[in-house]
Amino acid sequence: MSLTGFFLMSFLIVHLTVNLLLIFDDTGVLFNQAAHFMVSNPIIKVVEPVLAIGFILHMIYAGILTINNMVARPVGYKKVNQKQASTWASRNMFVLGSLIVIFLILHIMNFYWKLKVEQSVALIMVDGAEMHDTYTLVSSLFKASLIYNLFYIAGAIFLGIHLTHGFWSAFQTIGWSGNIWRKRIEVVGKVFAFLIALGFSIIPLYFIIKF
Amino acid sequence: MSEKILNNLKIKVWRQKNAQTKGQFETYPIDNISTDTSFLEMLDILNYQLVEEGKDPIVFDHDCREGICGTCSLFINGRAHGPDDDITTCQLHMRKFKNDETITIEPWRAKSFPVIKDLMVDRTAFEKILQSGGFVSVNTGGVPDGNAIPIGYDDAEAAMDAASCIGCGACVATCKNSSAMLFVSAKVSHLARLPQGQVEAARRAKSMVAKMDELGFGNCSNTGACEVECPKGISITNIATLNREYLKAKIAD
Repeated sequence: MSLTGFFLMSFLIVHLTVNLLLIFDDTGVLFNQAAHFMVSNPIIKVVEPVLAIGFILHMIYAGILTINNMVARPVGYKKVNQKQASTWASRNMFVLGSLIVIFLILHIMNFYWKLKVEQSVALIMVDGAEMHDTYTLVSSLFKASLIYNLFYIAGAIFLGIHLTHGFWSAFQTIGWSGNIWRKRIEVVGKVFAFLIALGFSIIPLYFIIKF
Repeated sequence: MSEKILNNLKIKVWRQKNAQTKGQFETYPIDNISTDTSFLEMLDILNYQLVEEGKDPIVFDHDCREGICGTCSLFINGRAHGPDDDITTCQLHMRKFKNDETITIEPWRAKSFPVIKDLMVDRTAFEKILQSGGFVSVNTGGVPDGNAIPIGYDDAEAAMDAASCIGCGACVATCKNSSAMLFVSAKVSHLARLPQGQVEAARRAKSMVAKMDELGFGNCSNTGACEVECPKGISITNIATLNREYLKAKIAD
């Protein structure tokens, strides 16, 4: 859980960095070039299947843990009052994760599927290089439908809540926590979760406001 | 704090004849309870009442009633050891409750802690975990020998904090996963910090974790509920220490 979590969190940083280029250049040249760099880069070709495996392992392991943990308490409590004892996010990581999976399926269908499987994305020339017009692919989706914008914002928020627990929990699981470091990592985790949620929400928000 | 008398309390309690039968909740009214009464004394009074009515008294675990033995348990109004922090149930007093309140009392719920009768559960699983590695196999001498081995102040304090675990099982009871990680980590971290325990640290971490999994406890998902409900306030940084010790031992293999 922890190791795949770390890997997926580092992926989120790369993903967000590239995506933010969407809002800095309305002609789309910057984003197209970055996206082209990502697909033509040999490192990314290796990392792509590893990333898929990372996601799948994270999900499988989450499923196994959740089932194990349910089996560990066959008779539940009638009255449970856990508000004082733990955060909502920490108790509902599987629920949040499942919501993110739903988001992820639609997200892959929106972009990755069209780009790699259907190959229905037009090719354009940018600075003498031929590449897929991914900017139009993304921006047309966000310009077309308010519902999609809101769906992407919801996905970002669920991911952020997931990370409020996930970030520090990953460190705790590998043993990188102590009386001093624990507080620091918890704070950094909350900030990280907030920035990821905010960063991914800004892009659809930008398209709502601007177009 | 001045004494008050609580009236019209309703005690909703789990009754189960033995491990084989299915249990159910029964509600008993009780009056005239002083706020200075401890929670277990209130149950004693209720039991007198039940015996006089010709009913079977409620069975619950208790021993020292000083908050140090770890025998008492009870999940009261949705919280392990009841609505107060850093105490065992025997140190909980009726001043934490109000007139006309319905108090729900349940046994610890975990597959590894089967109910023996009513509110009493079998916590032998904890003993089995301790037998699998919660000890040192070297002769550590007498009291003067202990003082002859220099140990840093921070390590001594941290080891003592972990050693204050009384093995009551509140961590398992309150954990949404029924995980025994806080209990195991307290023992592993206590001994790993002291020179007498370091010799067997790797073996201990591996065998105690293996035993815990074998006995059917859940997996830790770092919710942190255990440290909040622990009557001794044992911190989950001990769990980080356990994870570190465990990883170190596994990598060394």
